[in-house]
Amino acid sequence: MPAIQAKGLERRFKGDIKAVDGIDLAIEPGEIYGFLGPNGAGKTTTVRMLVTLLMPTGGQALVAGHDVAKDPSAVRRNIGVALQEAALDPLMTGNELMLLQATLQGMSSKLAKERSVELIERVGLSEAADRRVGGYSGGMKRRLDLAMALVHGPSVLFLDEPTTGLDPSSRFQLWQEVSRLRTEGTTVFLTTQYLEEADQLADRVGIIADGKIVAEGTPDELKRESGASHLEINLAEGCDPSTAHQALAKIGAPEPAAEQRDVRVRLTDENAGVADAVRLLDDAGIMVEEIELVRPSLDDVFMEKTGRHLEGSGD
Amino acid sequence: MISATLALASRALTVALRRPQYLMPMLVFPSLLLAVNSGGLSQAQNLPGFPPVPSFFDFQIPAAISQSLLLGGVGTGIAVALELELGFFERLVAAPIPRSSIVLGRLLAAAAIAAVQVTWFLGLGMIFGHGVADGFIGALAVYAIGCTAAVGFAGIGLTLAFRAGNASSVQGIFPLVFVVLFLSSAFFPVDLLTSPVNEIARWNPLSYIATGMRAPIIGYGGTKAFLEGLAAAAGVAIFFGVLATHALHRRLRMG
Repeated sequence: MPAIQAKGLERRFKGDIKAVDGIDLAIEPGEIYGFLGPNGAGKTTTVRMLVTLLMPTGGQALVAGHDVAKDPSAVRRNIGVALQEAALDPLMTGNELMLLQATLQGMSSKLAKERSVELIERVGLSEAADRRVGGYSGGMKRRLDLAMALVHGPSVLFLDEPTTGLDPSSRFQLWQEVSRLRTEGTTVFLTTQYLEEADQLADRVGIIADGKIVAEGTPDELKRESGASHLEINLAEGCDPSTAHQALAKIGAPEPAAEQRDVRVRLTDENAGVADAVRLLDDAGIMVEEIELVRPSLDDVFMEKTGRHLEGSGD
Repeated sequence: MISATLALASRALTVALRRPQYLMPMLVFPSLLLAVNSGGLSQAQNLPGFPPVPSFFDFQIPAAISQSLLLGGVGTGIAVALELELGFFERLVAAPIPRSSIVLGRLLAAAAIAAVQVTWFLGLGMIFGHGVADGFIGALAVYAIGCTAAVGFAGIGLTLAFRAGNASSVQGIFPLVFVVLFLSSAFFPVDLLTSPVNEIARWNPLSYIATGMRAPIIGYGGTKAFLEGLAAAAGVAIFFGVLATHALHRRLRMG
């Protein structure tokens, strides 16, 4: 049975605005599912319904085998949640927040203390644990947020844009923690607007735009669907682009290039690469100044499916 | 439910004590008003119809406690509204605890803070040589009414916070604290107020709460005033406790 299952899940707001428009999900236990989309696409609304903070107005969703609308308490017992912005009380210490969260999850005092120490150490906050959270950096807050979400050992973890606003180093540290969850068998539902994040962490990616899932698959599947890789070649002065195109006809088809001296070739042979292209051009007496193999990205997939780029694609 | 309520109450209390800007106004402002009133209006005790009191200061202590407790209610509302604004509230709602424990935890913390407030003003009285006329039992009666009333005032703050969802709206009721106070018998006996204020004061539960706390302090009014005060405080606590729980559920339904 999937860890997260949704059928026709829908949420309308006042004025008949459909924030989530009948989405289907089937996420297997232990899977890291990346939910990708720009701001306002419906990511957070979907998460809020799945974690029982918002009632669906249509469809059905089961999380950890429990219906989010009919048995929200059972859902809450089985999930960990780290929402956007790491909402932590700045006047409490890391330790206090961990113990509070553990108590709210129904853990005994002894177990709560043991688990808090273990998780605080795991996310590298042992030295800061007795300091007030108001003095933590953004990365430290996120790591504490993650530790709090894991305190009761949930089978399903929801991370809503966990690295938004973090510096690259803090982002990397959080990625490492999420990757570690994979080895522990925790199902992770990760929303993000960072393509690299989805690419690095997710076993499968769902792309949401205007409340609908427009594409779903492994990152590699989606990229393959989006089209072939292509070569961007900058020729040496005096070299003829048409000769280069003829030389490269065995491995690809020419495409319009930005500059007169540039050659752009869409690869028709999946196994061909830079070395093949350089060899063919060398045989034809064409000198190359620069050559680059450009593989399709999730942003290309996003562009193809929605007709626009993702905000975080440049990050 | 009990452990969650106690954990949330303990947390609310810890955070309140770490936020001097939350605690100080509810102690300092009423203390200043107590000093001003008892210093400048003390001749009022010579008016015909004024109850026999050891001093006007004794008469004003329950008014200061009432003002402090009302400010505590506004403070509770602001604290919860800030949690709503900052998202911490969602962490509580996403936990597998009964929703009512979120309200009860806050109300319990308000009662505990009220004990500090009552101690402060009774302590001030003692420092200036004004004890509780009915002794230790009388002091317990003041704590009983004060802590129960604080639950009700916190309930008003919570209701507003859940309905408005932002701290600035809750803060906007701050002037109403003084309106409610002056439309009660907290500062002057109801029989010395003129119409229509005296009529309003007779319907204002705060009049009974203040008079109930005053009775053991000045040794006048007896058990009847105490019981009426406790009943009024309990009524306010139950009514606004239920209203706050209802407002929370409404907020969660609306998403």
